[in-house]
Amino acid sequence: MSTASAATATRNDAGPSSLEVSLFCLREWLKSAAPYLNLLGIVGFIFLWYLLTEKLKVPWFNKLPGPVGVYGEWVSPDPSYGISLYTPEYYQHIVTSIWRVLQAFFLATFLGVPVGLMMGWKKTFKDYTFPLLETLRPIPMLAWVPLSILMWPGREASIIFLTFLGSFFATVLNTLLGVESIDEVYFRAAHSLGAKPRHVFLKVILPGALPFIFTGLQISMGFAWFSLVAGEMLAGEYGLGYLIWNSFIMVQYPVIVIAMVTLGVIGWLSSALIRLVGNRLMQWKVREEIR
Amino acid sequence: MNTAEALSVPAPRGQISIRNVSKVYDPEGARVLAVDNCSMEIAAGEFCVVVGPSGCGKTTLLNAIAGFHGITSGEILLDGKLLCGPGKTPPPGSDRIVVFQNGALFPWYSVLENVTFGPVVQGVMPEREARDRARELLSQMGLEGIESNYPSEISSGMRRRVEIARAMMTDPSVLLLDEPFRAMDALTKTVVHQFLLDVYDRSNKTIFFITHDLEEAIFLGSKVYIMTTRPARIKTVLDVDIPRPRDFRVLSSAKYIKLKKECIEAVHEEALKAFKAGEREMA
Repeated sequence: MSTASAATATRNDAGPSSLEVSLFCLREWLKSAAPYLNLLGIVGFIFLWYLLTEKLKVPWFNKLPGPVGVYGEWVSPDPSYGISLYTPEYYQHIVTSIWRVLQAFFLATFLGVPVGLMMGWKKTFKDYTFPLLETLRPIPMLAWVPLSILMWPGREASIIFLTFLGSFFATVLNTLLGVESIDEVYFRAAHSLGAKPRHVFLKVILPGALPFIFTGLQISMGFAWFSLVAGEMLAGEYGLGYLIWNSFIMVQYPVIVIAMVTLGVIGWLSSALIRLVGNRLMQWKVREEIR
Repeated sequence: MNTAEALSVPAPRGQISIRNVSKVYDPEGARVLAVDNCSMEIAAGEFCVVVGPSGCGKTTLLNAIAGFHGITSGEILLDGKLLCGPGKTPPPGSDRIVVFQNGALFPWYSVLENVTFGPVVQGVMPEREARDRARELLSQMGLEGIESNYPSEISSGMRRRVEIARAMMTDPSVLLLDEPFRAMDALTKTVVHQFLLDVYDRSNKTIFFITHDLEEAIFLGSKVYIMTTRPARIKTVLDVDIPRPRDFRVLSSAKYIKLKKECIEAVHEEALKAFKAGEREMA
């Protein structure tokens, strides 16, 4: 009889679902001043930009495209420089860049997370790899451009390689830090409860490092976009980085700003997506925070 | 109906012999004697409490039994078999479960997943059965309704009880508790004390309990070892012949007060020594 009552109790007292938790957080956020301040910050910036460039035409700024001009170009069905929301080229650049970042980012994640976990788990492996990592990591991505072009056939592969490199080091380092952040007591507890090495890996190291891994993935996504644009500016034929550089050469300044804002929005969305996945996987962390 | 076998033990096991155990820590050649020639005979099913000033080396003894590190000389036997000697450190195992000072429930697992962790990793029963058993055990222990909560969502007193439930799930020979109620307020402590006493009365497991709290020691234990300040030696052994089951009323009984008086002086002397030696906390 105790089993039956326990089972009912579980069903009734089960905590809120993750959707309920998310909705609760959203409602709380809308009730606070934060979203309105956020909006005000952005609007204020655009207004300042408008004042400097189009209204007052301050020296230094008068060569720059202003927000009204950029917006007009962006939503024009017949843009003067060939790039707007209505032209397929715009989307081709976006899709090309996103596709490159995705390939590089997933490659970096699928290689970087296991490498980082291994480095944290096996000291010998860390001894082999850590100094190497710490020497390669600070090399700026731009320094890799020549070798990357020499190493890979075609532009596509070298751009993806550059993007991958930027992403990879951040992922490895954060994963390693994640493993090292796990309190020794959880390893002792796991051993004491009879866990074998694979259990320690899957049930302690992996979930324990997850918060750091996801912080790392957000950073690595940022690096990926950074390296991508650098790569595309030098070797691209399509892509937002290429678009920016090409528009500069062709004196199509509003397009530069369109591409920049597009990069900003996509970059922001991509790290928001990572946060979302992270929260989904780490309900325990989310619930700890809303407490 | 068959109520959790984890709580009913047929043959008593978990007899521990600690014989002339010493432990020297040797970081960078500075030989620090942590435990000095300690001997204890702990009967199967005995509730043994070790009291001593913080940092006196009592945790060293517990860690040796748990298998977290070795000893320098002497030997520790579990049920007549050599567990630990110079050059022999047993791997930590589920026959000697540790409940840690600051708690070690996995924060990324729900209460139920924590409690089933032992049986699942040991592969002694399918996950489904482990879950059923865990629910049964939790409800027997008065912990129903929190199965799907994460440790961060329940109170510290609850967390400690869940941790004891997790330990009991693997049916250990010995339960090793390392100052488990250290950071708790007085009210929570009375609840978890009662809980531990209930668990002990029902399971009759050998319990090796470390604390610096003398009242806790006498209230819970059958035998109380009072340790000296570092290096840890046994100063006094106290038989606590207060009958079980015990509850909070024991705390105001004449016998309890008499026992407390008896050993308070012994402890005070050590506390003073420890204080003079620059230790931070007292028993």
